[in-house]
Amino acid sequence: MAAMMNNMKIFTNARVIDPASDFDGKTQVLVNEGVIVGIGDELTEEYQCEIIDCDGHVLMPGLIDMRVSTGEPGEEHRETLRSAGYAAVSGGITTIVVQPDTNPCIDDASKVDFIKRRGRDYCLAKVLPCGALTKGLAGEQMAEIGLMAQAGAIMFANGYGAIKDTKVMQRLLAYSCTFDALIAARPQDPWLAKGGVVAQGELAARLGLGGISSSAETIFANRDISLAAATGAKLLLDMVSSKNTIPLIETAKGHGLDVFASVNIHNLCLNDNDIGDYRTFAKLDPPLRSESDRLALIKAIKDGIIDVIVSGHDPRPPEEKRLPFDEAAFGSSALEALLPAALTLYHAGNLELLEIIKPLTANPAAILGLAQGKIQIGAPADLIVVDLGYPHRFDASQTFSKSKNAAFDGRLFQGKVLQTFVNGAKLYDIETGVVR
Amino acid sequence: MQISDLNRLEALELIERAELFLPFCVSREKKLKTLQGRTLVNLFFENSTRTLASFELAGKRMGADVVNMSVRNSSVLKGETLLDTAATLNSMGPDLLVVRHASSGAVQLLSRKVSCSVINAGDGKHEHPSQAFLDALTLKRSFGRIEGLKIAIVGDILHSRVARSNVALLNMLGARVRLIAPPTLLPFEVQNWGVEVFNDLETGIAGVDVVMALRLQLERMEGGFLPSPREYFRFFGIDREKLKAASPNVMVMHPGPMNRGVEIDSDIADDPKISLIPDQVESGVAMRMAILEALASYGRNDE
Repeated sequence: MAAMMNNMKIFTNARVIDPASDFDGKTQVLVNEGVIVGIGDELTEEYQCEIIDCDGHVLMPGLIDMRVSTGEPGEEHRETLRSAGYAAVSGGITTIVVQPDTNPCIDDASKVDFIKRRGRDYCLAKVLPCGALTKGLAGEQMAEIGLMAQAGAIMFANGYGAIKDTKVMQRLLAYSCTFDALIAARPQDPWLAKGGVVAQGELAARLGLGGISSSAETIFANRDISLAAATGAKLLLDMVSSKNTIPLIETAKGHGLDVFASVNIHNLCLNDNDIGDYRTFAKLDPPLRSESDRLALIKAIKDGIIDVIVSGHDPRPPEEKRLPFDEAAFGSSALEALLPAALTLYHAGNLELLEIIKPLTANPAAILGLAQGKIQIGAPADLIVVDLGYPHRFDASQTFSKSKNAAFDGRLFQGKVLQTFVNGAKLYDIETGVVR
Repeated sequence: MQISDLNRLEALELIERAELFLPFCVSREKKLKTLQGRTLVNLFFENSTRTLASFELAGKRMGADVVNMSVRNSSVLKGETLLDTAATLNSMGPDLLVVRHASSGAVQLLSRKVSCSVINAGDGKHEHPSQAFLDALTLKRSFGRIEGLKIAIVGDILHSRVARSNVALLNMLGARVRLIAPPTLLPFEVQNWGVEVFNDLETGIAGVDVVMALRLQLERMEGGFLPSPREYFRFFGIDREKLKAASPNVMVMHPGPMNRGVEIDSDIADDPKISLIPDQVESGVAMRMAILEALASYGRNDE
């Protein structure tokens, strides 16, 4: 629904942050026909344009969330592309990559096309489909990667499960090179992780819950990095959670491999103690790990070893979450929490503002080859105005997402989106809500 | 709900109260009126014989109306969730609810949705508090004290809620607890539980006053934790020979049901001079009477 606005807009009185060029300073941004056409102090009001006074707040590119699940098609009670779009723009996210693990799953070109059309027509944020790596996500028969890429699949993944069969994984990586396709792998040994519902640790042992060891992650991360090295494929280790995986990624990058890594915002802001009294909202995949893992992941962002921060948005209705911990579904609804949660790392002094914004904007844009994610002339005007200091309590019941299973429910945050623009059109304003 | 819900004084008081019920349990007239007119529901999502019978008897001796519900075979199979069952039961207005469930934390979840008192009769691999209390009562009867006793818990610690509750309670009451098991049956970082951990039975058992054998929970074991019961018995089964390393007056306990010849030799289990196993069952009823009484008098507090 990226409606074009013909009028020009000038964003004044803003602290402009462009993560692609490390720019952070007072300036103005001029937008015409949904595209950024001018940046600089000398821009004056002689243009016939709408003036948007940012009141000294931050103007930055809208976020690009590389891992979002919706229930469309098949489980629309969890989330539709429409409701995900409301949630996204109200959270400052202007581009979402939607996961293929729907029902039916997105494993051929016509389904990729379906997601693209539904996204265009119903979702306020830009929707990029992620195609399935294997038919039916079964991990056996390769899906039509080439045809899906042509139809617009931006990357390929296999849902939550890793491709168990190493030979299948090797062939997928080798084959994907033809199309320069990005392959996302969830590094988790399915045999070692079997029966696990939380990270292995003292808390899990005390609560009597099955633990997932960090070896489950490092074993498969190692495997997939080796295969990427052997095939030259472009690999994303999706949502790493253990401090022990970080040196593996660092080494792979040191060898010049096309290996990237993402981290789930929950793993950056929460640890296994947040499970407390069997809180199923904190039952996540990958699991929340220890505080030392959390700090190591933050440092890996700082060091540029982890490239991308994702929301891992996974909407689950109450009947999947209000169950004994063992039986409850994994996942947290997080589109609206992504930015304020990430800003807690800035306020806590863990990361500089640019260090947080890059993995949310410029880095995913570069990995996916997108024109957005930066404030530069010629880039689409996907922009957000953010009040860094805005204090609020995150209340899941007030979110636009259809599912309220937010692990961040009740958290105190500082920082909130005031306005969201997609292709220059204002789609969210904190005063008036989302454009419907 | 779990041992840490109580402090040391409350725990001691509860055990002392149970001691008063012991002679009553062997008297001719076994009926009190403490819980007259109250309804106790035993809600068991998992098979149990002794815990169910023990709570039922305790409830009846205290004068309550007791209803046993085995949910395993009814609505759960028809797709009803735990909380739906809880809401249904709550509408029937029981005063006390005794719950056992195969998932850790399930009883806690249920207790938030009902307005009556809830007693945890075992939740998954988490806790089984009334078992720990009856073990403590058994020890107190046998040794006259718990403080300072050296107690070795042997066997499948990993899957055992009994072990978790016992470690918490015995530590609270000042006993010195050792855990003995092969590494595959020990929880992660168990050394932080305030216990001594051994992989070798004979070293671990040296000089202890009490050996608690745990049942091998074969139904919770997916994949091989052990090569065979035979090998387990050879290295970790309690028999007369291995007990020589312990204190000369050592006593042996087992929460039951026993796998004879796997965790414990029949020779030991049936020797009244060494085995406290029948006392444990006897203590169970008295202990649970005390628990029910405490909850009834404190009103709506959770155990």
